Amino acid sequence: MPAQVRAYRARIRSAQTTKKITRAMELISASRIAKAQQRVAASLPYARAVTRAVSAVATYTNVDHVLTREKENPRRAAIVVFTSDRGLAGAFNSNVLRKSEELAELLHSEGKEVVSYLVGRKAVGYYRFRRREYVREWVGGTDSPDVETAREIAEAVVAHFIQDTDEGGVDEIHIVFNRFVSMLTQTPEMLRLLPLEVVEGVEEPGERTALPLYEFEPDAADVLDALLPVYIESRIYSAMLESAASKHAATQRAMKAASDNADALIREYTRLANNARQQEITQQIAEIVGGADALAG
Amino acid sequence: MADLEVTVVSADEQIWAGRAQMVVARTLVGEIGLLAGHTPVLGILAPGEVRIHTSDGGRVTAKADDGFISLQNDVVTIAARSAELVR
Repeated sequence: MPAQVRAYRARIRSAQTTKKITRAMELISASRIAKAQQRVAASLPYARAVTRAVSAVATYTNVDHVLTREKENPRRAAIVVFTSDRGLAGAFNSNVLRKSEELAELLHSEGKEVVSYLVGRKAVGYYRFRRREYVREWVGGTDSPDVETAREIAEAVVAHFIQDTDEGGVDEIHIVFNRFVSMLTQTPEMLRLLPLEVVEGVEEPGERTALPLYEFEPDAADVLDALLPVYIESRIYSAMLESAASKHAATQRAMKAASDNADALIREYTRLANNARQQEITQQIAEIVGGADALAG
Repeated sequence: MADLEVTVVSADEQIWAGRAQMVVARTLVGEIGLLAGHTPVLGILAPGEVRIHTSDGGRVTAKADDGFISLQNDVVTIAARSAELVR
């Protein structure tokens, strides 16, 4: 039946066009991963310098700072969720959103109220669809995060943290983002940002660096005052960069799978189309032979 | 004379790295000049420039607002959100 062959041909064409698109997207994100990874690497010296400085102040002094102080009974916690602006990245966004839900549940079970900050259109869409409240959103720059956005986010969360709990302030701030483990693996991760546990990431003091007694200019408290917001900003910035790199890797993998599936479909439909064509020919021959027999008879 | 190992970094990249004889920076309490062998220092930078006298006799000036300078074991790190070299 020619109709059947035509139907198969149409499907093959459709799979071919889809494949062209997914292949292009795969190549685009492949080239962007390299760039995103470079940006992660380029931001490391700064992050390291900030971390080292903060741990230096925290380790060698006993300054009590509002950002490191644990509240006695925390009642409200904020979660900053880092998703992407675009989908077509496999489980990238759903993974990080699921992780944030788990965290929210955990916090709820500890008797804390949870408020959310969202980064990326996908998170915003997720919350809007469920008609859930969130404090603030940042969209539009997740593919190539800039320092300014990181600073805005940091300022917003720190301001919210410093606010009194009775006036709507939060007692804890967590971030949830995808960590770039390798091209194949990106794992959603959560991290408590505030109150700070500065011990984390402290440089192992080797023999050469045995307990230097720092001189602080102007003094330890002021240095900590200036450094802590910078530290938080740098943590947020690196979370954004990691998330961007992970997103490109996830897109690349998802699009590779899509192209491979399109290939498989094309192969299968080509076989079916050939089959149908053969059948058609066979049937036509049978009809002609049958007709000639009838006439001869 | 011993040298200092200096790196200047901004939030998104490393801007300069090299060896220097002296680093002069302006912190919130005043100018500070660092030579090799200085005790560890951690200072918040005031708006202004950081001057690096390199080992080969050259001079590098960096603008590093809103940042900090740290020295430990003759390793100097100047970090600022937005830092740039001034020609």
